Amino acid sequence: MSRKRYTQAINEALHEEMERDPKTILFGEDVALAVFGDTRGLLDKFGPKRVRNTPICEATIAGMAVGAAAAGYRVIAHLLFSNFIYTGFDAIANQMAKLRLMTGGQIDLPITVLAVYGGGASQAAQHSDANHPVLMNLGGIDVLVPATPADAKGMLKTAIRSNRPSFFLEASGLGAVGGEVPDGEHLVPLGKASVARDGMDVTLISVGSMIRATQNAAKKLAEAGVDAEIIDVRSLVPLDERTIIKSVMKTGRTVIIDEARDMCSAASHIAAVIADKGFAGLRAPVRRVTVNNSSMPYAPNAEAAIFPNADDIVRAATSICQPETAA
Amino acid sequence: MATPILTQDQSVTWQTAQLSMLERMLLIRHAESRLARVAKEVGLPGGVHLSIGQEATAVGICSQLEEDDWMTSTHRGHGHFLAKGGDVNAMFAEIWGKSSGICKGMGGSMHVADFSKGIIGANGIVGGGLAIATGAALAAQLDGNGRAAVCFFGDGAANQGVFMECLNVASIWNLPAIFVCENNGLSEFTVSSTVTAGKLSDRARAFDMPVSVVDGNDVRAIAQAARNAVERCRRSEGPSYIEASTYRIQGHLEAEDMILGGGTYRTNDEVERWRKDDRDPIARFRDCLNNEGVCDHTLFATMTADAEAAVEAAVAFAEQGDPADTKLAYALMGVGEEA
Repeated sequence: MSRKRYTQAINEALHEEMERDPKTILFGEDVALAVFGDTRGLLDKFGPKRVRNTPICEATIAGMAVGAAAAGYRVIAHLLFSNFIYTGFDAIANQMAKLRLMTGGQIDLPITVLAVYGGGASQAAQHSDANHPVLMNLGGIDVLVPATPADAKGMLKTAIRSNRPSFFLEASGLGAVGGEVPDGEHLVPLGKASVARDGMDVTLISVGSMIRATQNAAKKLAEAGVDAEIIDVRSLVPLDERTIIKSVMKTGRTVIIDEARDMCSAASHIAAVIADKGFAGLRAPVRRVTVNNSSMPYAPNAEAAIFPNADDIVRAATSICQPETAA
Repeated sequence: MATPILTQDQSVTWQTAQLSMLERMLLIRHAESRLARVAKEVGLPGGVHLSIGQEATAVGICSQLEEDDWMTSTHRGHGHFLAKGGDVNAMFAEIWGKSSGICKGMGGSMHVADFSKGIIGANGIVGGGLAIATGAALAAQLDGNGRAAVCFFGDGAANQGVFMECLNVASIWNLPAIFVCENNGLSEFTVSSTVTAGKLSDRARAFDMPVSVVDGNDVRAIAQAARNAVERCRRSEGPSYIEASTYRIQGHLEAEDMILGGGTYRTNDEVERWRKDDRDPIARFRDCLNNEGVCDHTLFATMTADAEAAVEAAVAFAEQGDPADTKLAYALMGVGEEA
């Protein structure tokens, strides 16, 4: 094990996978200088054929990823901010997600799209979306939201080797966060949630970027005598329903924490899964801590008022841990 | 597919190449005429967009390609599919929605693809093939084996922003891409000139690549333009733009009269003018070959009958096919794989 930052872990995964397979190529916006640090050093190491700065043209970046993958390459494309998914969306929703189906399975599309998502840093409305739900709804695309450096590295390596298109969403608030990463070859399977904290009283289901607020909430709950279990949903598609339901059956109480807007969020989908498959174990209503259908305002105090935090989670958990509200 | 010789040296190779182009044009014409009939009289599962009148562009361009060159197509893609060597039986079975279809019935008319022939596929999104072809051209450049990536698109697609993006990327990266604009003057149900500023070819010129504007109903002119562009790709000299002026005889899609509720965007006289032998790409090529002594009336009649027979066999193949697998969509999308 060695201690690494989240972005550093991603950078290592990219270096290792490009080293491993010479047919792996990477292109996107500002990948040469690496605004976020994740692609740093790749151009120097692998050269301008395999690592390319593109113009600012998300529609073409996403479409080229499809074409180059269809023509035999393993493609990593960088869209910078996940808000720019919207400008590239035809190639993502109409081509990338559908080409394997439409061609009757003639081809695989080994594509990994990188983008940084989420708010909390006064980046304002067009650079702060947590828009994994629009990707979850496409079908045919894996949606990954790792929350720790170890998972960031291990899941990215697995995603790059996968023959399905995937979006690897980097939580903007976690980029500088450190954590232990296993040395040597480290692969994390997709579609497996991790139990980040064992507990008996309430299940806190954290989606990607929400892990720190959730961990802080668990500490506060512990001080109040509530023993919370944390499920880190690091993969949204595929979704590890089994681990979620198992925890819900154990605690009977659930709060789902998701930085997406509430309507049709990952949280609302997970709540639906729990209603379908975990109903017998529920001892209280399922609560969601999400963004209440607003875009992120710029002013730090205004953003903080909207952004899910530990107190919101504690409040939600406490509301369902009172015996009298459990019906 | 052997590259035909374009000069009139009257060699057997040259004659064979000419007849091969005519044969493909006839196959496309008869296949699509038959589809029009089926759509009208019996009905097909989904809509079909036919390229009758535009056969020369598909055949002229593809006559200069090898099987492993890449090609993306449009929603009006049957001609491109057949011209690039796609199988008419498998295409019809696909349009009929059968398991024996080239895409196992999962794509239909708008998504016919055959990767074994370099056919990345037709596309239901106007302009959807542009970036995909550009990506395939990037792959071809990295492979370094002289492969080309051809993108067919229409004048309607040239008004999509991604058109400019792709010309830019292809030019700045010197990609082996050939952008083929089939300019039929129509953007779905709208006359393109009413929604388009300037000349489309000037847009390509702005990105610093060779531009050739040709008579889109003259298969030889198109083949010559294609040859120049393909040779540039083979020599790693970068992208080219070819604009072929042509005309679509059929509606945007079959049964468009019902959709438009009596409205029209063109006159019957206009359509009839383009049907005449002096404009129809097949009649023009037929007469030309007749004058050159390559294809007389008897041979033409035989080739026509052969095309009709191939199309009837394709109808029978499609009708006899098994229905599509109802579980295949889930399997291909990976649904149900999660824990």
